[in-house]
Amino acid sequence: MSKQSTGLLGWIDQRFPLSKIWNEHLAEYYAPKNFNFWYYFGSLALLVLVIQVITGIFLTMHYKPDANLAFGAVEYIMRDVPGGWIIRYMHSTGASMFFVAVYLHMFRGLLYGSYKAPRELLWIVGMLIYLVLMGEAFMGYLLPWGQMSYWGAKVIINLFGAVPFVGEELALWIRGDFVVGDATLNRFFSLHVIAMPLVLIGLVVVHLLALHETGSNNPDGIEIKKLKDENGIPLDGIPFHPYYTVKDIFGSVAFLVVFAAIMFFAPEMNGYFLEPPNFVAANPMLTPEHIAPVWYFTPFYAILRAIPPVAGSAFPGVLAMGASIAIFFVLPWLDRSPVKSIRYRGGLSRLALTLFVISFVGLGWLGMQPPSDLYTLWSRLLSVVYFGFFLLMPIYTRVDKCKPVPERVTWK
Amino acid sequence: MKSDEIDHGKRRLLTATATALGGVGAVSVAVPFVASMQPSARAQAAGAPIEIDISALRPGELVVHKWRGKPVWVLHRTEEMLASLKTAEEGLTDPQSAGSEQPDYALNRQRSLKPEYLVLVGVCTHLGCSPKFRPEPGDEEIGADWAGGFLCPCHGGRYDLAGRVFKGTPPPKNMAVPPYMYLSDSRLVIGLEEGEV
Repeated sequence: MSKQSTGLLGWIDQRFPLSKIWNEHLAEYYAPKNFNFWYYFGSLALLVLVIQVITGIFLTMHYKPDANLAFGAVEYIMRDVPGGWIIRYMHSTGASMFFVAVYLHMFRGLLYGSYKAPRELLWIVGMLIYLVLMGEAFMGYLLPWGQMSYWGAKVIINLFGAVPFVGEELALWIRGDFVVGDATLNRFFSLHVIAMPLVLIGLVVVHLLALHETGSNNPDGIEIKKLKDENGIPLDGIPFHPYYTVKDIFGSVAFLVVFAAIMFFAPEMNGYFLEPPNFVAANPMLTPEHIAPVWYFTPFYAILRAIPPVAGSAFPGVLAMGASIAIFFVLPWLDRSPVKSIRYRGGLSRLALTLFVISFVGLGWLGMQPPSDLYTLWSRLLSVVYFGFFLLMPIYTRVDKCKPVPERVTWK
Repeated sequence: MKSDEIDHGKRRLLTATATALGGVGAVSVAVPFVASMQPSARAQAAGAPIEIDISALRPGELVVHKWRGKPVWVLHRTEEMLASLKTAEEGLTDPQSAGSEQPDYALNRQRSLKPEYLVLVGVCTHLGCSPKFRPEPGDEEIGADWAGGFLCPCHGGRYDLAGRVFKGTPPPKNMAVPPYMYLSDSRLVIGLEEGEV
């Protein structure tokens, strides 16, 4: 269809499918023309990934993965390395902003049913990315070797210790020592800078390939490939480049303004991005007065704390926390609604999604608070709401009254 | 059979055997990688016993020592503290310590060799934080019925002054008592037992 390229590009195209890739994924990749605000966050997550990789490479040039040197190395980066402070704040702000982008990206999926057929694999790959991202963030958090790094890692590794029969051995194998120590720090460094990023980038490529195979969903939840013009181009589609590259560049600029504002004026975000106890070097003898994970893990942490031990084992809590994440994987099969988008769903689905968001944010807040009886009660209540959203989904999506879905996307 | 015909049976056999053998090879190669993440010989050798001098430990005081990378507490309990152990008993998950970790000589109400000295691995049995020593009865933050004990800052685990966990809090077991023995009235050794020397 497209004309044969000549010159240098022609020379390359005979040896490498450069124009083909460009056209398939950008210039002739047709995306629905009705994307809205919520469609910024996929490209923003990609932008943060690039920021994290680049800043990470430069931090690695000065960091020392040694229990005796790590805390000092981070202070050295902050004080003595020229530009070190800004690179580190970019990386630490990037970690939190990565989760902001990913959570909003996932919420978009929930809002418009982007996980429904034919995009189940796209959703599952996305969830795998989220899992790896959690691992990446958790291991990265140990590296500054502060009090919160140390005790946070200790608690999370001990979660594996609660697994019946093999738990203790498993936790020992993960730590590489009887306590969190030099061996643990060294291997977390290796996983954080090599293994996890490699897997992450590979999964992102798979995520994009799967997206471009099925085509993007949109706020109306309509398959634009159903209606095509005489050239086989979707009637409601516009080429990704230049239309959405320009849109995403605009989004990136706005995002970077916020990013820079945080980086320059509130890099610690009042203890939410960088927690105060982490400015004290790790001390295996002394647990900080109050330990809580960074904000992006707190909803799951609250679920963990909400479940009481059963028959002398902490395993049920660990299981519930695992289930709270794992259940996202089967979401495409829990949703029995005939329509995708919330725009054409009935009141039940809207109510369920609202309650879910409230439970997620509520659990996130409770996960940051010191334990108390009242908060535990609230955590239990919100955990029920959280799981109810998923487990009751086959029922409420089926009985819900949907509105008729239009043929073409709605567009102003 | 002519030379240009495909022998599908032979092809399947070769594919199956090559896959199986290749699988065995892959698993074998994984062994040293998995093993390399276990505690090294150096880490294993670091678990030697420690000696503690308790002559300066006044009643009501607690000292922390490091043994195998974990905090070990020695608490000199007062008469009132020992008395609280009995009254606390009905609220405990495992008052007899039957499902908890301790040497046989510490399997009693005080969970110690000598009633006044408590030796404990100061690690919460829930998820491994180190609980705080909160000896004041009726502690404002914990509650008026608090008789003194340990409070875990991570998930709110509560223990009495023998490291026994209270019902309704997350830890599944009482805190562990390490193997220990007295060298003299004022010298303790952690990690060694009577008869092991």
